[in-house]
Amino acid sequence: MKTTTKQKIAFSILFLCTIIVVLPVVCIFWIIIKNGYKGITWQFITAMPTEGMRQGGVYPAIVGTLYLVCLSIVFSLPMGVMAAVYLNEYAKDNLLTRLIRLAIVNLAGVSSVVYGLFGLALFVTFMKFGVSILSGALTLAIMNLPVIITASREALASVPYSFREVSLSLGLSRWQTIRHSVLPFAIPGILTGAILSLARAAGETAPILFTVAAFYLPHLPKSIFDQAMVLPYHLYIISTQIPNISRETRYATAFVLVGIVFTMNIFAVIIRSRLRKKKKW
Amino acid sequence: MVINPISNFQRQTSNFPASPAGSQPPTATKIAVKQLNLWFGKVLALKNLNLEILRNEILGVIGPASSGKTSFLRQLNRLNELEAGFRMNGEVTLDGTHIRQVKVEALRKRVGMIFALPQVLPISIYDNVAYGPRMHGVKSKSEIDGIVEDSLKASFIWDEVKDRLKELATKLSGGQQQRLCISRTLAVKPEVMLFDEPCSGLDPISTAKVEESMLKLKEKYTIVLVTNNTKQAARVSDRTAFFLMGELIEIDKTHKVFTAPKDKRTEAYIQGKFG
Ligand SMILES: Nc1ncnc2c1ncn2[C@@H]1O[C@H](COP(=O)(O)OP(=O)(O)OP(=O)(O)O)[C@@H](O)[C@H]1O
Ligand SMILES: [Mg+2]
Repeated sequence: MKTTTKQKIAFSILFLCTIIVVLPVVCIFWIIIKNGYKGITWQFITAMPTEGMRQGGVYPAIVGTLYLVCLSIVFSLPMGVMAAVYLNEYAKDNLLTRLIRLAIVNLAGVSSVVYGLFGLALFVTFMKFGVSILSGALTLAIMNLPVIITASREALASVPYSFREVSLSLGLSRWQTIRHSVLPFAIPGILTGAILSLARAAGETAPILFTVAAFYLPHLPKSIFDQAMVLPYHLYIISTQIPNISRETRYATAFVLVGIVFTMNIFAVIIRSRLRKKKKW
Repeated sequence: MVINPISNFQRQTSNFPASPAGSQPPTATKIAVKQLNLWFGKVLALKNLNLEILRNEILGVIGPASSGKTSFLRQLNRLNELEAGFRMNGEVTLDGTHIRQVKVEALRKRVGMIFALPQVLPISIYDNVAYGPRMHGVKSKSEIDGIVEDSLKASFIWDEVKDRLKELATKLSGGQQQRLCISRTLAVKPEVMLFDEPCSGLDPISTAKVEESMLKLKEKYTIVLVTNNTKQAARVSDRTAFFLMGELIEIDKTHKVFTAPKDKRTEAYIQGKFG
C-alpha cells in the first residue's frame, strides 16, 4: 500500500472517532429541541405549575435550581480556594498532605447518590436543617469541593514560581505575595473550574433527592430553610410518576435544564478564552 | 556619672544594628559572611565560606556552573529558605546584625534582588514599580507617583517609558524589562542589591545600559554581581570573588584577580580553560 493511501485511511479513522464523540451531543440537543421547542413559551418559563404539573410552567423549579446552585457556590468556592491555596502554597510535602490529596481524589470519585445519603444524614437529620435549600446546597457544595480544589490548584500551579520569588524578594510577606501576586493571576482559572463543576451539579438529581427536592410546591421558597422544586428532580417525576403528561411538556422541561447547564458552560468557555488572551507570561 | 567615650564609639561602629537608611555606622563592611556552610539535601553547595562585602562597592562573583554563586546570593536575602532540604550553619551579618535575627520581610526589603531573566509581572509598567511601595503601606497617590518616577530615572529607563506607564510591562524589550526590574527593586529603597547574571539574556547594547546603571547605583547602594561573563566582572566590579565547587578560591581587587591571580585555578578559569 502506498504511504499516501495509508495516511488517508489513518486520517479517516481519526476523523470518524472525532465525529463519534460529537454525535451524541448533537443527537441529544436535536431530540430535545425538536420535541420541546413548541413547549417553550414565556408562560412556561414564568408560570407556576398547575393541574398536578400537567399544565402551567416550571418557574419554581428554575428558581429553586438557581437558588441551590448560587448558595452552594457561596459555600464551596471560598472553602475550595482556601484549601487549594493551603495545599499548593503552604503545605509541605509530607504524609499528611499526601493523605489529604488522596482523599480529594477519592472524594471526586464517590457516586452522587452517596453524597445524597450523606447530606440526608448530616445536614437534614443530624444538624436539623430539615429538607431544605440549605441542606441541598451544602450537599452539592461538598460534592463540588474536590473538583473546585483540583481546578484551583491547577490554576495556582500555572502561575509561574518566579512571580512569588519576585514578590518575596521585595520584602512582602507570604500572604501578601499570594494575595497580590498569585491569586489575581489564578482567578480566571479558578472561576472556570467552579462554573464547570456547578453546571454539572445543577443537573444532578441524586444529591438533592433526599435533601431539598419537593415533589410539588407551586410557590416560591421564602427562605433557605424551605424545600424547593428543582429542575432535574422535576423532570424525573414528570417523566416517571405522573401519567398523561404531554411529551411536549417533558421535553420542554429538559430543554430548560439543558439550557441552564449550557449557558453556564458557555460562560466558563468565555472566561477561559479571555484568560488565554490576557495570559502574557 | 562617668561616660566612657570608647564604649560609645564601639556601640556605633559594630555591635549595634544600624537603623535603616540615614544614620549608617562608619564601618566599611556592609555584609560579613563567616564560616558559612550550606546544603540542599545532601549537596554541599557552599563550603566554609568567609568573606566581606564592603559598603558601596560592586563585588563581582565569578565561577563555573554549579559553583554555588546563586546559592551564595540567595543566602544574603534568605531566599534559600524556600527550598526543600535547605540547611545551613555559620553566620551572615548585615551591618553587624545576624540576618536571622532580622524579620525576613525587613531583611529582603533592605537586600533587593534582580534575577537572571527579567521577571516583570504581567501588569502595567507603573504597577510593577509601585507594587513594593504600595504593599509596604505607601498610600498617597502623589507619593507613589514620585517613587515610581525616581526609581525609573535611577535605572535610566524613565525617558523610554514615561509616556507609556500604563502599558503592560511584558511588552517592553528584554533590556528594558531588566532595567524595569531594577527600578522595582529600587522603589522599596534597599541598601544592598543582588544581581544574579542580570545580563545573561540580553544583547550587548542592553547589557551596556544595565552595566552603566550599576556603576551609577553603587554611589548609593552596595552591589553584589554574580556573572557568567568574566569580562563583565572585569568591567564593572571593584573586587572580584572566584568560586569553585562551593568554595571561595580567591577574592581581591578586580584588577589583581584578573592580572595577577594568586591561585592557578583562578587563572585557568579567567583564561577560559574550564567552566
Ligand atoms: N534548590 C536546590 N535543590 C537542590 N540542589 C540545589 C538547589 N539549588 C542549588 N543546588 C545545588 O547547589 C549547587 C550550587 O548551585 P548554584 O545554583 O548556587 O550554582 P551557580 O554557581 O549559581 O551555577 P550557575 O552558574 O549554573 O547558575 C549545585 O550543585 C546545585 O545542583
Ligand atoms: Mg546561578
